Amino acid sequence: MGAGHSHPLFLDRPSPVHRLPPEVKLVAAFLGVLCVVATPPGQFAVFGGYLVLLASVWAVARIPPGWILRRSLIEAPFVVLAVLLPLVGEGERTEVLGMSLSVPGLLAGWNILVKGTLGVLTSLTLAATTPLRELLVGMQRLHAPAMVTTITTLMLRYVDVIAGEARRMRVARIARGHDPRFLWQAGATARGIGALFLRSYERGERVHLAMLSRGWTGAMPVLTAGRATAAQWSAGLAFPAVALGLLLSGWSIG
Amino acid sequence: MYLAMHMSDGLVNAPTAAAFGVVAVVGMAVCLAKARADLDDRTAPMAGLVAAFVFAVQMLNFPILPGASGHLLGGALVAILVGPWVGALCIAIVLVVQSLLFADGGVTALGTNITNMALIAVFTGYGVALALRRFALRGKGGLTATAFLAAFLGTIAAALGFVVQYAIGGQGLALGYTLALMLGLHALIGIGEGVITALTVGAVAAARPDLVHLLRGAQRPLELRRPEGSAA
Repeated sequence: MGAGHSHPLFLDRPSPVHRLPPEVKLVAAFLGVLCVVATPPGQFAVFGGYLVLLASVWAVARIPPGWILRRSLIEAPFVVLAVLLPLVGEGERTEVLGMSLSVPGLLAGWNILVKGTLGVLTSLTLAATTPLRELLVGMQRLHAPAMVTTITTLMLRYVDVIAGEARRMRVARIARGHDPRFLWQAGATARGIGALFLRSYERGERVHLAMLSRGWTGAMPVLTAGRATAAQWSAGLAFPAVALGLLLSGWSIG
Repeated sequence: MYLAMHMSDGLVNAPTAAAFGVVAVVGMAVCLAKARADLDDRTAPMAGLVAAFVFAVQMLNFPILPGASGHLLGGALVAILVGPWVGALCIAIVLVVQSLLFADGGVTALGTNITNMALIAVFTGYGVALALRRFALRGKGGLTATAFLAAFLGTIAAALGFVVQYAIGGQGLALGYTLALMLGLHALIGIGEGVITALTVGAVAAARPDLVHLLRGAQRPLELRRPEGSAA
């Protein structure tokens, strides 16, 4: 990636977490979330422990907690499910504020909310400390198929171009008085998407020819040499190790 | 309001998530091999640009009703435009990047998300489109109706994928409720998806029918006519 190719969730700070090799962070985040997912929903203290663990990572990474929390309010349709569960769930019921709620339903709803939120917080931490190029390096070092890494590289390189084109088309429509409010007024937008596809596809053809003229053989050069050291791995894996400890403590109590 | 289908972490338990992770990896390996056969050495740039297109399109919000908007998932759209193999590959890559860099969809839910949106939605959409190809070739009306149905049924099938996953690895809700909730919600999303997909495919087919994967091989071959009496 050249200059300017940053993603909106990246927070540039000089911190040990930012300096960790990307493949270590990817593995650590994945294993950490896996521990969260495997925790029985009744272990409230363990979930609190995960939050403290994440907060300590934010402190090391010099990410203000408010910055993360503001961005964690991603509306998910599955929140509907979490709200619905206590109302229609089966089993033993309890009275809360005059409403009859199902106890297993409450627990299941809490399960979805807390695990989803902790997952989003972990993903946000990963995104805030890993720039685009690093992610690609991480994928490459974790032995993702070369073709997948190459496609992702090209996608990330051109997504700003295509999104910019989409934005200009939208401004052009608005400048001509377009103000859709209902689905049946979306015709112009949809035809715009058709035009956007043609432009993307034709740009792909031109990019391919440009790559061929520069000696494209079908494989990208290796982005950077060097591997993560054992010390870096152990520093990064401390995160899932603590999470695993929390998980096991939850199991031994529960 | 904003409608999307990205599953979060913890909706289904760890073994179910892992099992669908395997399904996703195997599916993607097949798609990768087939996409290479489709596009040969053009695979990387073309799939990269199509994925960038999918990414950009998912950022565009469509009005549904005042106060409610949604965005295109694009499964059936890319299946009809670039074929199911390249299409599924592009959607899966977009899902991975959204999950890792935009915290949109859980990291451990990637397997289930790729299974639903990249495999089920794309291949159902393509299967429907292929079954109706005869009508699609007849003219603009046929193509539009085909694209609508492909996108609508693709969305419904993806929602059914979620229902199955939740029945296996979720907890707390009877199958009937999940089914009713997801089908009701996604019938609405599917109508929006269908309308936008139909209009978009119509626009592409009007300008460059040769680029629409579904219509491939249907064009009349180029006929060379020479003036009478000229040397061959």
